[in-house]
Amino acid sequence: MKHTISVLVENEFGVLSRISGLFSGRGFNIESLSVAPTMDAALSRMTLVTRGDDRILEQITKQLNKLISTIKVVDFTGGEYIERELALIKVSTDAESRAEALRIVDIFRAKVIDVTPKSYTIEITGAPAKINGILELLRPMGIKEIVRSGPVVIGRGARGVVG
Amino acid sequence: MELTGSQILLESLKLEEVDTVFGYPGGAVINIYDDLFDSSINHVLTRHEQAAVHAADGYARCTGKVGVAIATSGPGATNTVTGIATAYMDSIPMVIITGQVPTPLIGNDAFQEADMCGITRPCTKHNFLVKDIRDLAKTIKEAFYIARTGRPGPVLIDFPKDIQVTKHQFSYPDKVHLRGYNPTYAGNSRQIEKAAKMILAARKPVFYVGGGITLSGADDVLLKLAEQTQIPVTTTLMAMAAFPQRHPLALGMLGMHGTFYANMSVTDCDLLIAVGSRFDDRVTGRIDSFAEKAKIIHVDIDPTSIGKNVEVDLPIVGDLKDVLSKLYGYLNKNSELVEDLVEATDEWRTTVAEWKERHPMTYRSSKSVIKPQFVIEKISEMTDDNAIITTEVGQHQMWAAQFFAFRQPKTFLTSGGLGTMGFGLPSALGAQVAYPDRQVIDISGDGSFQMNSQELATLVQYKLPVKIVILNNNYLGMVRQWQQMFFEKRYSQTVMELPIDFIKLAEAYGATGLQATKVDEVEATIKQALETPGPVLMNFKVSREENVLPMVPAGKAINEMVLAS
Repeated sequence: MKHTISVLVENEFGVLSRISGLFSGRGFNIESLSVAPTMDAALSRMTLVTRGDDRILEQITKQLNKLISTIKVVDFTGGEYIERELALIKVSTDAESRAEALRIVDIFRAKVIDVTPKSYTIEITGAPAKINGILELLRPMGIKEIVRSGPVVIGRGARGVVG
Repeated sequence: MELTGSQILLESLKLEEVDTVFGYPGGAVINIYDDLFDSSINHVLTRHEQAAVHAADGYARCTGKVGVAIATSGPGATNTVTGIATAYMDSIPMVIITGQVPTPLIGNDAFQEADMCGITRPCTKHNFLVKDIRDLAKTIKEAFYIARTGRPGPVLIDFPKDIQVTKHQFSYPDKVHLRGYNPTYAGNSRQIEKAAKMILAARKPVFYVGGGITLSGADDVLLKLAEQTQIPVTTTLMAMAAFPQRHPLALGMLGMHGTFYANMSVTDCDLLIAVGSRFDDRVTGRIDSFAEKAKIIHVDIDPTSIGKNVEVDLPIVGDLKDVLSKLYGYLNKNSELVEDLVEATDEWRTTVAEWKERHPMTYRSSKSVIKPQFVIEKISEMTDDNAIITTEVGQHQMWAAQFFAFRQPKTFLTSGGLGTMGFGLPSALGAQVAYPDRQVIDISGDGSFQMNSQELATLVQYKLPVKIVILNNNYLGMVRQWQQMFFEKRYSQTVMELPIDFIKLAEAYGATGLQATKVDEVEATIKQALETPGPVLMNFKVSREENVLPMVPAGKAINEMVLAS
């Protein structure tokens, strides 16, 4: 089962490799990972997506917590949360397909952020499923490049996750 | 007071009550060695950096203090890796200081540069690269704190040469504040009460005790608890000395080379009380049939150990000393119920005693050839109660665990988790430095001994009277045993064809060499060695194709033992 986990870590040299090394060294799967500093400049927040049964997930969260640099681990799966991913998509367009591409962009509430006679570069934000959806529709036109950020998540409600 | 980085290091070590360090100099630590030259800290020069780390490890294992080793950058530092990984697998508190090239050169493939934080990340509890002199004292404080608290482990400090010579005001922090590190010491009282109730309800309980018991210093309370409840105790390799092996409740070791009665007890028990153990594959054999009839209580300070290999019915996270003391206290208050338990488990102890009688830990003795087990038994009989035994890895290690009757905690130093050949001699060296007046004996094989035999020089130089026992069968015996049992006796690369004159080798270093080739020479050889001052090597020509038994073949359940050849 897919799990989305937020990890608050010390914002210091080498932390990313401690986390990624933990996953590779113990054979845990890692589908995506995004990292950036938080409001508290001493901390970074990582959002990672992984897969595994309950026992593996228990080990993943325990092992993450065991790292000295880890402040907090939150597995959002099973709770109420909002998940967003950013994708930048460069799609080939010709006279015939340009209008259709724009319609798709409009339907998905995406944006065209760069235009050439032969291409559109599209920016879209949303749950990963939505991004998969637009890609599905754009694919027949010819996608030249995709850059996805990997999802970030935040819990619903008034309470925030802080160190 | 302004001090250089290397002076700050040495002053900090003193404040951490470090009186002895093990190490090997080199270009990137030359400033530290210059300051060591007239420091009150005692430095032991080994002949290889790996040995320095094993020596610090042995020192830590027998004293409970943090062991400290120093090595230079590059090859000096990479040589420490096996030692660090050995300590990591067995949760030994250590601080390893490696020199590093000057900070402006880091990443430039400078001479003798190696990315030590990168290399040791998976085999240290934590590691640090000191990039700023202002962080140095705090880093050392944190390193020692992390190494010795919670589940202990090795911590590496990579210390660039330019920081070693930079001057800075020295003030050592009193406290450590690490936001992400706060080990749980106190066990949850409600969980402990539940554990007590499970124990009181059990009819076939067994304690399964691991190295954590020694690390926590909970040996005494375990003994009290076992005697109070009359529950038999099986110990892992790491805990052989944590419970007196001649005690009527002692079942000896369990697992791949465990006793028949320990493995049968675990297979048949209805309650397994795992304390400071981690359900290692060498212990459990086929995991799905390990203690399959039992409810499991697992007490450990490291939450990741619990539920990692087996599902448990009652997890308790905490320091064993705290948890077992509270458990003992609770049971003490309910002594009538404990009496009922003892009565109700009488039949169980009888069953265990029958297993013990049916297949005691034994071997076929011989008058014509020296049996390695016989040598171990003799050493066990002839040494002091507080003698420290170290081992290398292989058959001799298993025989030591099976046939030496350990009597006191922290007297058996062996590489359990990583299984490092070459550990025994340097760790004996470290133990002898810690306890100059105690008997320290390295039980070794002819294969393992040669992995760090250069340390004979260190023993002689520092007049360390370590006694080395080589159970010499001219084989890499454990691998040979597997080849005999599972590979149709195809002894691929396990025959040590060159007969080495170990006596001459010992003498070349200035140590004493003794040899026994006949059964009736064994006792006299051991006696002479124990009476001879200084380091002594004993070469015992033993029965060549002796096997370690019982043996649970890989992938089998632990009650499926091979008992005889």
